[in-house]
Amino acid sequence: MNFVALRMLTGDRAKYFGLVFAIAFCTFLLENQTTIFANIMKRTASQILDVTDAEVWVMDPQTEYWEQTKALKDTDLTRVRGVPGVRWAVRLFKGNPVARTLDGKFAVSFLIGIDDATLAGAPRKMLLGSWSRLREPDSVIIDQAGYILLFPGEPLALDRTLEMNDHRVTIVGISDAAAPFASLPVMHTRYSQAINYLGRERTQLSFIIARPQAGVSAAELTSRIQERTSLRARTTQEFMWDCIRYYLQHTGIPVNFGITIAVALVVGTVVAGQTFYLFTIENLKQFGALKAIGVTNLRLIGMILLQAFTAGTLGFSLGTGMAATFFEIFLHKLATRGIVLMWECVALTAACIFFVVVVASILSIRRVLVLEPAAVFRG
Amino acid sequence: MANAIDHGPGVLCRSIRKHFGSGEARVEALRGVDFETRFSELSFLVGPSGCGKTTLISIIAGLLDRTDGELSVLGTNLDELAASERVLFRRRNLGFIFQQFNLLPALTAAENVAVPLIAAGTPRRRAVDHARGLLVQLGLGTRLHALPSTLSGGQQQRVAIARALIHEPRLVVCDEPTAALDHASGEAVMDLLAANAVRPGRSVIVVTHDSRVFHYADSIAHMDDGRIVNVTRPSRSQEQPARVLTRALDVADATERRALLQGSYA
Repeated sequence: MNFVALRMLTGDRAKYFGLVFAIAFCTFLLENQTTIFANIMKRTASQILDVTDAEVWVMDPQTEYWEQTKALKDTDLTRVRGVPGVRWAVRLFKGNPVARTLDGKFAVSFLIGIDDATLAGAPRKMLLGSWSRLREPDSVIIDQAGYILLFPGEPLALDRTLEMNDHRVTIVGISDAAAPFASLPVMHTRYSQAINYLGRERTQLSFIIARPQAGVSAAELTSRIQERTSLRARTTQEFMWDCIRYYLQHTGIPVNFGITIAVALVVGTVVAGQTFYLFTIENLKQFGALKAIGVTNLRLIGMILLQAFTAGTLGFSLGTGMAATFFEIFLHKLATRGIVLMWECVALTAACIFFVVVVASILSIRRVLVLEPAAVFRG
Repeated sequence: MANAIDHGPGVLCRSIRKHFGSGEARVEALRGVDFETRFSELSFLVGPSGCGKTTLISIIAGLLDRTDGELSVLGTNLDELAASERVLFRRRNLGFIFQQFNLLPALTAAENVAVPLIAAGTPRRRAVDHARGLLVQLGLGTRLHALPSTLSGGQQQRVAIARALIHEPRLVVCDEPTAALDHASGEAVMDLLAANAVRPGRSVIVVTHDSRVFHYADSIAHMDDGRIVNVTRPSRSQEQPARVLTRALDVADATERRALLQGSYA
């Protein structure tokens, strides 16, 4: 009877497309909103994730997230290096100087100062130039978005000059750094230079980044560092989630997005669920005739489930395709760069759609099961 | 076996009662119906609207439970069957023809006819091939691939007849098969039904209002107010009982109608 079920589903094209598009639209809305939300949250930890050399981050116990740091003492670096299991540990500076072009255009920037000797923490995805040129005096690497912000409409070029805190710096590379939460230029330079590009403070060490020795896990090393130095040590993933959690707890973003996602969920599921339920109700007479003819309840349940999961699968696939196309188009826009359809969001949406399909099926099945086949005689 | 069955009643109802609801809302739909059909015959069940005809055939077909009384269908007491067995019994032994045809609009004529076979597990292709053959016999050879919406009312009812007969059921239940058709189409459908449905070992029950087709009946049971008030066995050439029934159906008052019928057949 599977073919009968599928023909009943597709027989009325208007209803069929209405049902599939309702589910597709619901899928698109959910995947779109959850993905944008998740990617924006992930942006709060972009600069942490960009540092691929290190697995462990050490910071002052008061430091809660990337943006808000309390400087460490220089001696803390030595203490961390003395913890068993540390393969290497180096300094990392983070500040927000104002970068100014020669024609007067300026922007507050994220400046990351990396270890002078090892250049650990340097951006690895370069669009132009080489990170090894950071060894040159007064050199910086700027991200592509920052370059376009400071030099709008101009082609990417090296050896251009910026001014930071009365220091003249030269762009020696253009990186493909992940987009930060705020749309500011991201610049990398050596630690010793970075501290000169900001107003001098007594202590400047923002973070210590480290890597465990072979056989020691990052989690294990963070425990050891915390135990022996009383400093806060987090793995890269833990620190990323610290940042995300901070924004979730201290900003209105989750509430605003939550409302949008909730509306998308309610509207999408109600529309999709209701459409399928109505589809079954409109076909009750046909189900009644089949029941009278001698089609068993079990077979009718199978037919309804087949219809529901066919429409659900088609709608979900179509909606996911729409969402993927949407993000592919906007992936290359500066403001939305790096925002990609996340598999977690697809899985979450799939679970929601599955839930809707199951609930709508149960309601529909119930109507068909309680339907008296004798009703078909009533015209 | 078939001969033995041929000699017994196809359907035997004794004192069948059915009520719906309870308390003040209780409705007595059947008030002790005695009714029987024979094999190889067209048994008509006639009466005014609301007299209980549809309720009775629903009970006979195993689609509705009765409140009281005895019922044997094709020699089987349906009470002895579990719900799932009753469905299988219906699938194997019963064919249905509905007033509104109840064809599946998304299936072609041939596919609609094949549904009972497919429901019984016959592979789709074989079932549709068989259905095509039957439709050709019933004069619909050129409309095999037509959707119900493109068929006339008479053609749809012919498809419905084919669907009711495709699996060779031993009891065919027809509910107002000509009600939605004009006179010519109704006659054609009844001709078809009489020619194809009536077979040895098969019983056919036709519920109808349509006095124009009474002359097809081998027996006519007249129902009124939840009871069988009269049964006649007119010969095909003798149309007097049918005419009396026609007049009776036209009388609105139940008491006058009953008196007319009882007077005529007493």
